[in-house]
Amino acid sequence: MSVFINICKVTLEEGFMYAILALGLYITYSILDFPDLSVDGTMPLGAIVTALLILRGVNPWICLLCSFFAGAFGGVITGALHVKLHIRPLLCGILVYTGLLSINLVLLYLFNQGTSIASFFRMPTIFNTGIGKLIPESIGGFYIRTLIVSFFMAMLCKILLDLYLKTKSGLLLQATGNNEQYVIMLAKDPGVSKIIGLALGNGFAALAGSVIAQSKGSADQQMGVGMVVLGLASVIVGLSVFKKIPKIKATTMVVLGSIVYKAVLSTALALGLPTEYLKLLMAVLFVVALVVSMKKEKHKRRPAA
Amino acid sequence: MILELNNVIKIFNEGTIDETVLFRNFNFSVNQGEFVSIIGSNGSGKTTMLNLICGSERAQEGRIFFEGKEITALSEYRRAAFIGRVFQDPKIGTCAGMTVLENMALADNKGQPFGLKFAINRKRIDYYRSLLEQCEMGLENRMHLKVGSLSGGQRQALALVIANMTKIKLLILDEHTAALDPKSSQTMMYLTDKLIQKHGITTLMVTHNLRYAVEYGNRLVMMHEGNIIKNLHEQEKKKTKVQDLLDTFNAISIESGNGV
Ligand SMILES: Nc1ncnc2c1ncn2[C@@H]1O[C@H](COP(=O)(O)OP(=O)(O)OP(=O)(O)O)[C@@H](O)[C@H]1O
Ligand SMILES: [Mg+2]
Repeated sequence: MSVFINICKVTLEEGFMYAILALGLYITYSILDFPDLSVDGTMPLGAIVTALLILRGVNPWICLLCSFFAGAFGGVITGALHVKLHIRPLLCGILVYTGLLSINLVLLYLFNQGTSIASFFRMPTIFNTGIGKLIPESIGGFYIRTLIVSFFMAMLCKILLDLYLKTKSGLLLQATGNNEQYVIMLAKDPGVSKIIGLALGNGFAALAGSVIAQSKGSADQQMGVGMVVLGLASVIVGLSVFKKIPKIKATTMVVLGSIVYKAVLSTALALGLPTEYLKLLMAVLFVVALVVSMKKEKHKRRPAA
Repeated sequence: MILELNNVIKIFNEGTIDETVLFRNFNFSVNQGEFVSIIGSNGSGKTTMLNLICGSERAQEGRIFFEGKEITALSEYRRAAFIGRVFQDPKIGTCAGMTVLENMALADNKGQPFGLKFAINRKRIDYYRSLLEQCEMGLENRMHLKVGSLSGGQRQALALVIANMTKIKLLILDEHTAALDPKSSQTMMYLTDKLIQKHGITTLMVTHNLRYAVEYGNRLVMMHEGNIIKNLHEQEKKKTKVQDLLDTFNAISIESGNGV
């Protein structure tokens, strides 16, 4: 029984942490209609920036912000490559990801005595300082701080994003993904809007990297592998599974999608799937989610007006 | 003179085997307050002329002036500050994935910064509703629906309202009634005329409907193969009938060797 509860708890923790990443991909993929692959690089960038700063004694809550901005900067590069140099979206993402592979390693080599993993076990993190400290460490033998802090972070991101999407800038971002010509007619440069969207999306990805690194107590380049697939799958699963619920917000669906996706993965692992197959399962689940959601769309589509 | 195109040269696919010279030394000017109906056969260059004016396409040579200032190098989105445009395709003038209200809130903010203030101002909703009521299409009861679920005619009416929400100096209409059924098309044309009269706005309207071209506007321009072959002002235009225009069309096609 307690094994089961523990699996549920870990699933929720991870679901919430990766939900932040999924929200980032929701911005670029769903709102902006921009398939952004740079996330595989900006997520570990956020993790590494946080690790290096924590090792130098910076407040872990401040580290969240630093990571966000580091990721946002990566997003600006992706956007600028597309908008200014007219490179295709997929290629822009691959280029920034490839560049970040080096940058992440260089950061680690320069500031972490040449090792490729930055560990900071037992250092202050968001899970044991600030509001993290106010939460009792465990209830009934279960360590709950991670769960509560990650829930708090996911909700904070979701609410901030919801608020942003209601602002003029947020609405313009939605219009940019919907119909670029409309943005032009509003006398606005859709290129600027795209860059803002990519900055936000990658900022969220790096923020997720920061939170995940703080929960593990270490950061490395490897963390980024498969993040695009994981994030997108959460978005697609969330948006198709929870569509029927009345009045539900898209951002809520994305957060729930992240949890469902993590739950499927942990169930598979609990049933004895060897970890080597995890990434393969991630990819297969992604395809299944995509196909199912496309089937639903097709049934719904009514003849053009 | 509000708009002037001077010695414009437009060549498509320059330097390839598909090279097409559309405009060679094209000149066109519009006076403040004019409502110009533009007609002409397919491929005569009407849309391209509008694209050059709006900045969605660049000419190889020539200069474009707006209110005396040169705008030849100004980007499309900057020109949109003073130009409103409605396309033939109702999908282009609105955002399908957003509600009528959201579309209008965005348009209402045109010309101002799109910052971190909330986009929808409740106090403006009654004003939006009054604008929609003028369309007489029941749009005022659909403000919270996604624009994608409206009919083509409703969407086009919304696009027209949106193009006129903030003060513009030039309205560009490219076959904006062509995708609508006869009834909606008529309503749309009536609405267009009403808006133009109300704001006294300079307008260029491309249409294939000769009746609209004759009935509406105070100047008529006919284009053919990149040239303006008819340019009728106020009094001359009033005397022109649909049959006269049809005759001209026939004369042209006989000349080009595909007469009836
Ligand atoms: N992007 C382009 N590439 C090549 N040729 C083009 C392009 N756009 C327009 N043309 C050519 O320029 C000519 C004028 O086209 P345009 O669209 O301006 O005509 P139009 O008068 O608007 O016609 P319609 O009544 O069919 O809308 C046509 O011969 C067309 O083939
Ligand atoms: Mg045309």
